[in-house]
Amino acid sequence: MTAAGTPRYDCIVVGGGHNGLVCAAYLARGGRSVLVLEAAGQVGGAAVTREFAPGFQVSACAHLLHLMPGALMRELGLSAQGLKLAAQHLPTTALSGDGAHLSLAPAGLAQRLPADAVAYGEWQALGQRLAAALHPVLTDAPPRLGTGSWRARASLLRLGWRIRRLGRCDMRELLRIGGMNVQDLLDERFESPLLKGALAVDAVLGTNLGPRSPGTVLTLLYRMAAAGGAEALAQPAGGLGALSTALAGAATAAGAQIRTQAPVARILVSADRASGVVLASGEEIAADVVVSSADPKTTFLGLLGSEHLDAGFTRRVAQLRTGGLAAKLHLALERLPQFPDLDRQALRGRLLIAPSPQYIERAFNHAKYGEFSAAPMLEITVPTLADPTLAPPGKHVLSAIVQYAPYSLRSGWQAQRQSFTDLAIDTIGAFAPDLRDCLHSAQLLTPPDIEREFRIAGGHWHHAELALDQFFLVRPVPGAAQYQGPVAGLYLCGAGCHPGGGVMGVAGRNAARQVLREAA
Amino acid sequence: MLTESEPHFRQPLLKTPFHERARALSQVDSFVAWSGYSTVDVFTTVEQEYFAIRNSTSVYDLTPMVKYRIVGAGALRFLNRLMTRDMRNLAPGKVAYSVWCDDSGHLIDDGTVFCLAVNEYRLCTAERQLDWLCASAIGFDVEIAEVTEEVAALALQGPTSCALLQALGFDGVERLKPFELRQFAMPPAALPVMVSRTGFTGDLGYELWMQPADAEGVWDALMEAGRTRGIRPIGSRALNIARIEAGFLLPNLDFISAGHTLRIGTERSPLELGLGWLVDFGKGHFTGRRALLEEQRRGPARLLVGLDIEGNKPAHNTLLYADRAGMKQVGSVTSATWSPTTKRNLALAMLDAPHFAMGAAVWAEIYLNRELTWQRRMARARVVERPFYAPARRRATPPADF
Repeated sequence: MTAAGTPRYDCIVVGGGHNGLVCAAYLARGGRSVLVLEAAGQVGGAAVTREFAPGFQVSACAHLLHLMPGALMRELGLSAQGLKLAAQHLPTTALSGDGAHLSLAPAGLAQRLPADAVAYGEWQALGQRLAAALHPVLTDAPPRLGTGSWRARASLLRLGWRIRRLGRCDMRELLRIGGMNVQDLLDERFESPLLKGALAVDAVLGTNLGPRSPGTVLTLLYRMAAAGGAEALAQPAGGLGALSTALAGAATAAGAQIRTQAPVARILVSADRASGVVLASGEEIAADVVVSSADPKTTFLGLLGSEHLDAGFTRRVAQLRTGGLAAKLHLALERLPQFPDLDRQALRGRLLIAPSPQYIERAFNHAKYGEFSAAPMLEITVPTLADPTLAPPGKHVLSAIVQYAPYSLRSGWQAQRQSFTDLAIDTIGAFAPDLRDCLHSAQLLTPPDIEREFRIAGGHWHHAELALDQFFLVRPVPGAAQYQGPVAGLYLCGAGCHPGGGVMGVAGRNAARQVLREAA
Repeated sequence: MLTESEPHFRQPLLKTPFHERARALSQVDSFVAWSGYSTVDVFTTVEQEYFAIRNSTSVYDLTPMVKYRIVGAGALRFLNRLMTRDMRNLAPGKVAYSVWCDDSGHLIDDGTVFCLAVNEYRLCTAERQLDWLCASAIGFDVEIAEVTEEVAALALQGPTSCALLQALGFDGVERLKPFELRQFAMPPAALPVMVSRTGFTGDLGYELWMQPADAEGVWDALMEAGRTRGIRPIGSRALNIARIEAGFLLPNLDFISAGHTLRIGTERSPLELGLGWLVDFGKGHFTGRRALLEEQRRGPARLLVGLDIEGNKPAHNTLLYADRAGMKQVGSVTSATWSPTTKRNLALAMLDAPHFAMGAAVWAEIYLNRELTWQRRMARARVVERPFYAPARRRATPPADF
């Protein structure tokens, strides 16, 4: 291809988020000529490191790495691409108003709560057994039913066999708890509200659910299974953006080209087949296959257009639940605030403000009525403790996920941004009295901000709510659940696909496999 | 129309603007519910009314037809994606008959689209469609509103209908070609009436569209001008005979809307209903196109055909067999009538492949009621061309004067 010739690629990947980059890398390794088109000035999508105050950098959306399969990272040679972990096996600590913070590490638990420590050990063991059985569900492409394909049948049979092989007790337990709400499950097994609150966080983080919502055991199991049952929270050196840089390196090394500041305006269709894209600049680029890492609504309703789709399918896409409820708070700190009763090791890890499931449920109640939580739930990290390069010497960054902050706030985010920022800071300040004194500046990203900055319709991390009706065989919607929509040559590879969001990369890899298999 | 005096639950059926006139002319007090309205099934006798359609002029109240106003810069693109037919050829002043399907290529309904102006349409359907129209409108710059109660409508069908309208002062109505429409001001009060050369009888005829307030005035003028041209109000029963002769389909008799079927396999595609001529695969995407292409590739498993059955007993609710012994069922009748004009025993029937081939013979199992003594008769039936009856006058422009 020359500058003068009409550019043409085997595959165009729309969006250079982590899933787009993973997909591009696998496609290029499969021998395809690949062009990644990223709208922003840097790749990474929601896995980026950004300067949010002079000299202060932070993982601007996702802030921990725990779901990306090790096999995928090894296959793509991410360490050879320069990816280093500043910290791994980060501990989790549940903050308590009375200063009796609870470490979820086995030793800490056994000392504080002997009975719960035993129950927690049992739950972890069960979780690992179930996760091992369900793990393939989260790594493989979901089968398409009703096609009579042997591949689909075999895939379902394998899943059934794996569940059956759990043995009678575990299988019954899985089927019993699968549809429950997480609070009932936690009440069955544990006594300490603080422990239950911390575990409930994992079930509802980034979702439109409270601990009393049906399906929250599923989201908890999902998180456990996706993480392989391990508590393997990690923090890349240089923030999540470093992961994206490494992924881009892997894609480029395999032969893919990446263009930033190249927003795609439309996906071109000719003879009922995707044939390329038009950039916002008007430039047309032809390709045999277009793979979109954008969310399903943006892809189908925005870039493709409903005139190329059937009305029923269009309605299913339009009805996807995509409203985000998680806000992101970034604090630039002149010095490290003092958290009394918290040792430095704990401060390096993940801090949770969710003293009980009821606390989270009350926080969620507001969201149901279009308000933000009066007492929000937070997941906090201070990444500069493990990675001082993110801030000027001696200074620090605090990064927190704050829930619940509904996308459609009744009184509008314009008017409420400052009060929610103050509320979130004060909620943390209750555990670090000098936080306000350390504060240099603060940034709050509400779901509408996330929608705008990361180009995710609704500002939902997972692109579409993780719930049974938008999961596995039917994610994002029936008719597009196997990384391929109704228009030939157009594939999906973003978090809106199975297995969903979080910085996982599996959707990108599975989509690439599907393209390589079907468009061979 | 609801009146103020009675709460809605005391008048479960609406009355059309022609209701008082119709009630005054009804001799047998036979009314039926149609789309939430009370309408006439029979005024006098079915036969008398049927022959008005074929020999003079019939008036039929079609106000209950569900009507939608479709406007907006994206109205044409919306309709073209909704309908199986290419709507880009539908210019202002034209009408098109079309069908629309769900994603699986199964028929939702059929109807007529009136192009009133560029990007301004009226869609007339048998069943309510707002939900599907709204789903289809996602992504299109279009506004859709149901206007059923805002538009009163009469079908004026029969060989003397054109002469009658001319006598009433509809100047130039004789130049209207089939599937054309025009606005008229009906003398002497210049009542605005839209006339389209459309109908459900397969005969010469027109449909008149007006404001409900003008409805009785138009009715009275038609009756007065029609006295010497054999005008007669008709009910649904007479119309049903004419529409079978014309080979037209009726929802819930000849097919069930895919939006209403409960059992898998009871939906019907336009290809199965013999409406393949309405499906334009070359016009770009429309809902159901991919499924219909696949069905076309496979070939239809069944087809709605016209049957000519021996004898004179209408084959109502009749099963069809490949053999006289009735061992192998190959289909069933959806609509049947004795055709007074063609003097044939006609039916529309759904037949399994390969029995639907033109000229193919099947056996119809007809039950006869001989003064409460039931008999079963196996009648020979043959697949024949539709329409069964198509007089030249239905297309003649200008039509003959009377």
